[in-house]
Amino acid sequence: MSFTRLLCAAAALAAFVGPLAAPVPALAQGKTVAITAIVQHPALDATRDGVVEALKDAGFVQGRNLKVEYQSAQGNPATAAQIARQFAGSRPDVIVPISTPSAQAVAAATRDLPVVFTAVTDPVSAQLVRSMDKPGANITGLSDMAPVAEHVALIREILPQARRIGVLYNPGEPNSVVLVKALKDEAAKAGLTVVEASVPKSSDAQPAVRSLVGKADAVYIPLDNTVVSALESVIAVGRQAKLPIFSADTDSVARGTAASIGFDYFQVGKQTGAIVARVLKGEKPGDVPVALAKGTDLFVNPKSAAAMGITLPDAVVKRATKVVGE
Amino acid sequence: MTEIALFGAIEIGLVYALVAIGVYLSFRILDFPDLTVDGSFPLGAAVCAVLLISGVNPWLASLAAGLAGAAAGLVTATLNVRFKILHLLASILTMIALFSVNLRVMGRPNVALLMQDTVLTPFYGLGLPEHIVRPLVVGIIVAAVVALLARFLASEFGLAMRATGVNARMARAQGVNTDAHVYAGIALSNGLTGLAGALFAQTNGFADVTTGIGTIVVGLAAVIVGETVLPARALALALIGCVAGSILYRLAVQVALSADSIGLQASDLNLVTAVLVAVALILPRLKSRAKSRTARSARAAE
Repeated sequence: MSFTRLLCAAAALAAFVGPLAAPVPALAQGKTVAITAIVQHPALDATRDGVVEALKDAGFVQGRNLKVEYQSAQGNPATAAQIARQFAGSRPDVIVPISTPSAQAVAAATRDLPVVFTAVTDPVSAQLVRSMDKPGANITGLSDMAPVAEHVALIREILPQARRIGVLYNPGEPNSVVLVKALKDEAAKAGLTVVEASVPKSSDAQPAVRSLVGKADAVYIPLDNTVVSALESVIAVGRQAKLPIFSADTDSVARGTAASIGFDYFQVGKQTGAIVARVLKGEKPGDVPVALAKGTDLFVNPKSAAAMGITLPDAVVKRATKVVGE
Repeated sequence: MTEIALFGAIEIGLVYALVAIGVYLSFRILDFPDLTVDGSFPLGAAVCAVLLISGVNPWLASLAAGLAGAAAGLVTATLNVRFKILHLLASILTMIALFSVNLRVMGRPNVALLMQDTVLTPFYGLGLPEHIVRPLVVGIIVAAVVALLARFLASEFGLAMRATGVNARMARAQGVNTDAHVYAGIALSNGLTGLAGALFAQTNGFADVTTGIGTIVVGLAAVIVGETVLPARALALALIGCVAGSILYRLAVQVALSADSIGLQASDLNLVTAVLVAVALILPRLKSRAKSRTARSARAAE
């Protein structure tokens, strides 16, 4: 009866499983790197390609002495968990999870295989590592925390006379809270003060930026969904009041912020790949500090900056990756 | 397939077996297409995660996750029964609302549990490898759920619930309060889904607002695969079929994940999974058709 059918189906599945799932034989003397991402999209794909490129630079050439396995969970966390277990079972030399949920699934699946995560904003609160300097255990990686120090340096370069930086953010967004704390640390180092204005909902953005007029010499917008969704109303005030607005993300520059430094995710991948290479050469992940991604793309919007009463220095415009609004 | 990957597939199959049983309750027993599960699964994960990090006992946290899922089910049932909103639409409304609710519950999009004690922690110390402990513990929970549910559905209340799904008008004529059974059934269905979410969060070390995406599809696929491999009249067997279907679905995904050795890419995963499940569904049918054809030609030869 039904049991024969069950057996039948099981046999059919086994017929598939057998030939397909035999563990891939490791290349002679070669290394295997297994990469997984929660979804496929341009930034994450560029990260993966960057990892492979950096490994090539370090002497691990795909097809010669390196085998790269890649799996995307196609947006499904259960599949991400299953991929993590598949990698834990096939025992590659390093597992590279891209994005927070993929990294957590891999961390839950193995406690001994070397793991180098990437594109994770805050690895400590994601409980991947106990601290950035001393990850311990089998895991290290790279955080793509916004380069706040570079943002502060950029604002100082453009506005050397600025003393007070206003910041607009929603205290309900954890990511923004982290960034504002980082901004305060970096500003203090540079001798600047930070003036906060909270934006609990998008409609509060305009009054909040108005409250900063006269109290701040420039306004910084972190990666805050609430403020970024009301960006145009903030920029309108910036133009009326001649108050320059800067953003943490490069996408907002096209919408009218003066300038930003953001990540080129291929470079993020290359920085990650350099860590992977160190681990492949025998370093213990637990001894390798978590790296911070370095911003490499500078986007500027000279027209909008002029409308806000500032002139972008030639040096800045010249080295910009992209000049918006020309 | 490596041993760890195999047990991993079984473990995730068992977690989603609770979803499959929930979907079986709503779709098959109550005839109520309920998409709430896409929201109640991450809700269970969120509630469990938040309670765990504030130090609540993992079993209590899992129970609370189940209750939260049940509450979400009651909202859908209320929208449908009390306010006459079409069941599909009612469940979609609850599902999209739950996305915001889940963000509120967690306070952020992702809560990590990698360093928290879970229901699994005490069992890790027993000397078995972790990849065996996890499916074992989840399997025991699923077995308990199947046993309790089989008893429940054989009770008078359970029989009335089944009658409600088969023919509500007839059930009402027999004095059955069909509304009460819709409330109870949808709550139970989403309660199981919430519990599944809690187990998923605990076995994988995180709760994330995106964990709900596609839950209904996976649950439905498991129910249908289960019905195909185990076409049972007896209810207990049908529930076991849901569990088997869920595990077989995960094995199919596992096979699809290994399909790169025949030239398929990572991006083909969903397609390969769908094809494998379709083959599993079609094969038995082809077999029975072939059987009836040989029977017919045998008769013709006589």
